[in-house]
Amino acid sequence: MNEYIHSVTLDEEKCCGCTNCIKRCPTEAIRVRNGKAMILTERCIDCGECIRVCPHHAKRAKSDPLSVIDSFTYKIALPAPSLFGQFNNLSDINIVLNGLIAIGFDSVFEVARGAEIISEAARKLMETGELKKPVISCACPAIVRLIRIRFPELCDHVLPLLTPMEVSARLAKKQASEKTGLPEDQIGVFFISPCPAKVTEAKAPMATEKSAVDGVIAISRIYPQLSAAMDKLTKIEPLAFSGIIGVGWANSGGEATGMLNDKYLAADGIENAIRVLDELEDERINDIDFIELNACHGGCVGGVLTIENPYIAQARVQLLKKHLPVSKNHALDNAATEFHWTNTLNFTPVLKLSDNLEEAMEMMTKIDEITKNLPNLDCGSCGSPSCHAMAEDIVKGNAKITDCIFVLKEQLQAMAKSLSSLS
Amino acid sequence: MNAIHLFYEVSGDDFARAGEASGDVKQKLKSLGYDKTAIRNAAIAMYEGEINMVIHAGGGVIDVDIYPEKIEIKMEDKGPGIPDLDMAMQEGFSTAPPQIHDLGFGAGMGLPNIKKYTDKMHIDTELGVGTTVYMTVNANK
Repeated sequence: MNEYIHSVTLDEEKCCGCTNCIKRCPTEAIRVRNGKAMILTERCIDCGECIRVCPHHAKRAKSDPLSVIDSFTYKIALPAPSLFGQFNNLSDINIVLNGLIAIGFDSVFEVARGAEIISEAARKLMETGELKKPVISCACPAIVRLIRIRFPELCDHVLPLLTPMEVSARLAKKQASEKTGLPEDQIGVFFISPCPAKVTEAKAPMATEKSAVDGVIAISRIYPQLSAAMDKLTKIEPLAFSGIIGVGWANSGGEATGMLNDKYLAADGIENAIRVLDELEDERINDIDFIELNACHGGCVGGVLTIENPYIAQARVQLLKKHLPVSKNHALDNAATEFHWTNTLNFTPVLKLSDNLEEAMEMMTKIDEITKNLPNLDCGSCGSPSCHAMAEDIVKGNAKITDCIFVLKEQLQAMAKSLSSLS
Repeated sequence: MNAIHLFYEVSGDDFARAGEASGDVKQKLKSLGYDKTAIRNAAIAMYEGEINMVIHAGGGVIDVDIYPEKIEIKMEDKGPGIPDLDMAMQEGFSTAPPQIHDLGFGAGMGLPNIKKYTDKMHIDTELGVGTTVYMTVNANK
């Protein structure tokens, strides 16, 4: 039911109807109609590429303001590992965690902790031999959503464990309830997020019926307040409880390193991830046990809701890890069961032309004929991302041939000619 | 109803482009909502054929016909031809030069894999004239 809830939205006033977003969307999920962009919700995977490329800042991620925490008695911040890469000259993760307390949270629970638990649970699960290899990471929701709509043969390769965000949220809530005696519904858990896909994942999770996360606050939104509070700290309490493996998840390759298995591959950037998935689907990737894919360049540090250049953030995370132990959190024996997906990842063929194969074939024949008569410049002026996509839109009844400015020009010229021959 | 006919030219001098044709066929089959096992089998078999065309034959042409119940692929080259077809069909037998092995190809699995992933396969080959590989992948409807 919640299948098509998205966190990426459009600010109509700012949208000028240019073609930047439609050209960059990896699932061709955006069209410009009547001068404004619109998102085809069933195709959107919330990767945030459109937010990144929109020069008018008309694409936005719906996230919560800090005030969202006020409706709970006890408030817990769940900082993503990538948050630690956002600050210049940061020597100690505790400064960030104390800063979060200073801006209103009662406690913190690093998502790096959930990451360490999932790393260990995944290692144990891999050893059982029950998983289809290569196992694909489940951590990036944009990638999992991409697999769900585009790679039918790979759905059962996705690691069926909850994300570190979800695991951390559940553990944080449970521990706080035990500590404070408050019921869990009075304890609010808030993810400090580098990306819109995680917002969607908290509102409409794929893995489970309901997320334990009560709100998602963008790193970029909380940053000014947090950074100011960090500067004013007089005392630093030791709150950090994670190691190299957990914090390392901020960067591309970090999660794979945590598998403690050299037969891994880590790719980042949605176009690179698609290439890997394509080759994997064609059984061209051998001798690899684990595949980590991140939709953003550099990994989560490259998320569209971060503020720092991803490569600088990567270097900072690298430095921060130097003085940490390998891992501080361990998975209990039942972790793989406790944190197993309760939903199944089912292929959702939203990209297919029709439910009826013969009808789909007829449509494809028409699409190819129409495409032949288009200029094939893929200019995007019609509002579709390419001439082929436009032909598809025409056949589906969502566009007309004269939306193509070149076709329109030809028709006008022909009309002018016949008019002049009449005069 | 009529089949969907697709035609591709495979360039013989660009290794990086091998796989473009099979990739395109895969995309088209997916948008048709075609049987997913058939999509995978056709994509793998056709990719092997493309690689063979580039390694051995200096490129060639491919005709693909998509029917509701099957996919027919014809891959035609004007290469050197296959001297011993039985040998070529054996797993692990390869005549690819060392630089091809260095790229991770030439494992001698090309034709055996095509056979493995297709329901029907037939090869016409003549030394000095060329080779045509016909393959059929059936769809589970």
